[in-house]
Amino acid sequence: MRTLPLFKGQKPAAPVTAAPKDTVYSSQWRLIYQKFKKHTLARISMYILGLLYLVALFAQFIAPYDLQSYDSKYVNAPPMGLRFVDAEGKFHIKPFVYGLKTERDPETLRKMFVADTETRHSFKFFVKGQEYKFLGLIPMKTHLFAVEEPGRIFLLGTDGMGRDLFSRIVLGSQISLSIPLVGVGISFILGLIIGGISGYFGGWLDSLIQRVIEIIRSFPTLPLWMALSAAIPPRIPVVTMYLYIVIIFAFIGWTDLARVVRGKFISLKNEDYVVAARIAGVGNTKIIVKHLLPGFMSYLVVATTLAIPSMILGETAMSFLGLGVRSPATSWGVLLQEAQKIENVALYPWKLLPLGAVILTVLTYNFIGDGLRDAADPYKK
Amino acid sequence: MTKPILEVLKLNKSFQVKSDKALFKKPKPVHILNDISFELLEGETLSIVGESGCGKTTLGRCIVRGVNASSGSVVYHAEDEKAVDYLKLDRKGIKAYRKDIQMIFQDPYSSLSPRMNVFDIIAEPLIANFKLSKDEVEAKVTEIAEKTGLNVGYLKRYPHAFSGGQRQRIAIARALITQPRLIVCDEAVSALDVSIQAQIINLLKDLQEQYKITYIFISHDLSIVQNISDRVAVMHLGRIVELASTESLFGHPQHPYTEALMSAVPQPNPEFKKERIILEGEVPNPANPPSGCHFHPRCAYKTEKCIQEVPELREVGYNHFAACHYAEKLQLRGVPIESAELQVN
Repeated sequence: MRTLPLFKGQKPAAPVTAAPKDTVYSSQWRLIYQKFKKHTLARISMYILGLLYLVALFAQFIAPYDLQSYDSKYVNAPPMGLRFVDAEGKFHIKPFVYGLKTERDPETLRKMFVADTETRHSFKFFVKGQEYKFLGLIPMKTHLFAVEEPGRIFLLGTDGMGRDLFSRIVLGSQISLSIPLVGVGISFILGLIIGGISGYFGGWLDSLIQRVIEIIRSFPTLPLWMALSAAIPPRIPVVTMYLYIVIIFAFIGWTDLARVVRGKFISLKNEDYVVAARIAGVGNTKIIVKHLLPGFMSYLVVATTLAIPSMILGETAMSFLGLGVRSPATSWGVLLQEAQKIENVALYPWKLLPLGAVILTVLTYNFIGDGLRDAADPYKK
Repeated sequence: MTKPILEVLKLNKSFQVKSDKALFKKPKPVHILNDISFELLEGETLSIVGESGCGKTTLGRCIVRGVNASSGSVVYHAEDEKAVDYLKLDRKGIKAYRKDIQMIFQDPYSSLSPRMNVFDIIAEPLIANFKLSKDEVEAKVTEIAEKTGLNVGYLKRYPHAFSGGQRQRIAIARALITQPRLIVCDEAVSALDVSIQAQIINLLKDLQEQYKITYIFISHDLSIVQNISDRVAVMHLGRIVELASTESLFGHPQHPYTEALMSAVPQPNPEFKKERIILEGEVPNPANPPSGCHFHPRCAYKTEKCIQEVPELREVGYNHFAACHYAEKLQLRGVPIESAELQVN
């Protein structure tokens, strides 16, 4: 008989002496967490997303300029890189940016920016600049970074009004990243309550709710958005507008979740252990809270996570079309409005950069959702 | 000396079955239970037997209001001699009586919530029906767990850590904790293997003696039924076709369907030659029941009368009821009592 070369000369494996782990009954959430940790892509996405939300939280501090500041001297300026080595090849320990000067393209006579190697503005951390309210509470002047006056730093270039795109993406993330959360939160609650009523009590109420959901879902989304945003009064404070838009999203978003919840309620309410609880005299509320909800909460969390990306895209699309957030408030969709013109995209491609932020966020949410779904699935190894 | 504890009167249950083809057609009701009536005496064990799909489980669930019956009444004679129609009580009214009537389910795997530990499962009916302090609940649960032979140290575990027999003990403990007067055992031992069946049956019997519990024992296993019950009701297609004391029913069945069931009881005595009656044809579809006596398509003794007329359940002997036109005329074969006795210990 042929022996496998792998085992030739090898000592027999040592018997397993380590005692098996104590049999501990982990809760369902703990098991999900342990499985989730093993999902590399989801874990990395989690870190990236955490970073994005940290940036959004401290946006005013991180952005060198605020939303209102513009400079007509620097319209459509390209992104400028931080440099350590200058034009002569000398190394500087302190990073710097060159100033910008305008030249005309000899062929097209178009105005364009070139680096002015004569002027160097060194890069500094924790610089006093425009005043803002840290976390919306504490008045502060310090920004994370800036360059020496009178220099300007445009890490991702500027837009058609000479506003720093980096600052605007960072500040816009506050709205773009929070609307989906609040929107999904509201539709989660609506979906849970309405879907729960529909599934648990059944009968004519169920039929009525299901028909209403069908009607809402059969509306074409775009005209519905237009109609709803036409109902928003034009000159209102940013906060109010924000609320309106969240409500529009929640209004459409809850139907999906309500269906999921209804289906789960129907399948679980006829389980023997639920009937047993009813026979034992347990009240409706207690049955729902103790027997039904735990049965599909994990599933619901996954469904919710996977619903967030579509809401981010929805907000972006709506703002892109000018139906959602309107200036002076800024979201990624508002920033992309400039990319509606083909010459903008052709000549100043950095104006598409907010798209990168959208894609990054949507991807991370999708990966996290996938990871959660796999982790919550007890049959998946 | 024995008083009735429960009277089931003309209990009907029908389900609305929607036809896929006709959108606007009214759904057709399918009668699962047809005019079920019987009386249950305190402290007795009444078994309900019949083939799959005859409505045994639905009957059990209607009685405990796990599902709502379409019509009829279940009169419950409470301890204070008050008679209430259990099916007509509203949500508040039923609260006072839920604790008296409990149920043990067929499948000990699906009837215990996988997300609650055993202690919480057993304590659930207690907490729902009584206002007790934490210590009192714990004392009660521990007491009942010991009675039903559960290891008290394991109560904080989840049901999946237990075997089928242990799970059924948990289910029994749960049903017993409110000290009910009536327990509906829906195929309580069918899912268990034979040695565990015997244990559980003995446990149920012991508890019956101790607490004077009345059982409705739903089963398709005639050997167990013969062993445990005082009276037996045979169901066929949503009707009771025969109801009598165990000896009378097993010894002298008066309905051809009962005879066919009896012929299927395994005989431990090899001397006893028996003829197995194999019923011809399929179980009739309850959505489209046969005319006259529902059993006539499969009955060896049928006549023209059976096809035309529905037989009533009537008294054909002392406390022996049967729904057959020819109950008195037919000579049907039963089971010799001693030989079929289940060897429990």
